[in-house]
Amino acid sequence: MMAGLILFLSAAALLQFFVSYCRSLIASHAHEALSAEVQDVTGITKKASGEDFRRVVQLLQLCPERPDDRNNIQAVGAYFGILNFLRATVARIVPALKSWTETERANCTYFAAVSLDRRIAFSRDLLAQQMEA
Amino acid sequence: MPGPLQFAIWFLGTLLEVAVVVCAVKKNLFRRYFFLNLYMLLSAAISAGRFRVLMTDGVDSTVYRYFYFYSDALLTITLFFALISLFGYVFQEMHVEKYVRMGAVLLLGGTAWFTYAVVNQSQARFVTHFVFELSQNLYFVGLVLTYVLWGAILKLRETRALLVQLVLSLGVYFSAYAASYAISNLRPNLFNYVSFLVPIIGCLLPLAWAYAFWRVPDDSRLVPARLTMVPR
Repeated sequence: MMAGLILFLSAAALLQFFVSYCRSLIASHAHEALSAEVQDVTGITKKASGEDFRRVVQLLQLCPERPDDRNNIQAVGAYFGILNFLRATVARIVPALKSWTETERANCTYFAAVSLDRRIAFSRDLLAQQMEA
Repeated sequence: MPGPLQFAIWFLGTLLEVAVVVCAVKKNLFRRYFFLNLYMLLSAAISAGRFRVLMTDGVDSTVYRYFYFYSDALLTITLFFALISLFGYVFQEMHVEKYVRMGAVLLLGGTAWFTYAVVNQSQARFVTHFVFELSQNLYFVGLVLTYVLWGAILKLRETRALLVQLVLSLGVYFSAYAASYAISNLRPNLFNYVSFLVPIIGCLLPLAWAYAFWRVPDDSRLVPARLTMVPR
């Protein structure tokens, strides 16, 4: 009984903390402007769309990984999965939730695009270092 | 005996714990977040100790079991104080540190007493059972306290991004741990799977803290009210 209650409360708290943590990661990337190059590649000029997330992540996977961003991208990817699940289920009944999930999905895409920008800059730095050496 | 994959996860976890301290030292945050770093150092040292006992006595030995559960209880108590230190930062401007400390000691004592009262009902393997139950209950108390702390951050409009990320990652860690303990209590036949999952969960906290110390600038700010599922 006690263990069941602990499990239920822990799972609910886990979901809430995880969502807030992912949103804090997204918020830390939200004010960074995208370079013209990434805007061209991703097609994101002003507003990102949730539909582009998978494509931007595929582009991310083509770049050499930075040691500190892989897990954050995975976490935001999992958050994107939760949003997709909500969109396909509850959001069909609750219209307010539908617009919220769309905004969040777009934010996830923007996060991925900023990460792509950072990875490109990282790759350039690596290349420059190798050229100098 | 753990397999190569379990050893790899274990080694990775220990490495990440050391990485947290290195990142904190490099960014001049070691002293400010002393209890968090103390927990990571202790955790790395206990990992090394567990490895040694495992190699000399084996996984099925009584020595390893005792060492594992007692060190786990010690780590949980240290993490509990690390969490209380985060309370101190959030309530810094209200000058209530003394009351926070007093409350923490009372809560720790209360949890130990509650655990004793529950375990006292069963006579078998009393001390080991007590230590295991204390760890589980402290994880749950830690989870509740982290939840309260998150509520306080929202209420007091705390904007330090580093502090917010430290608290949120601690919340994810505590809730995942408390859930895994509860699953193994509810379904003892799942213990083998849970024991495989626990070290992976254990890697998440140092990973998130190392990232926060390394990447989040000390003066960076964000609006926590925007991070909740229901915007405030």
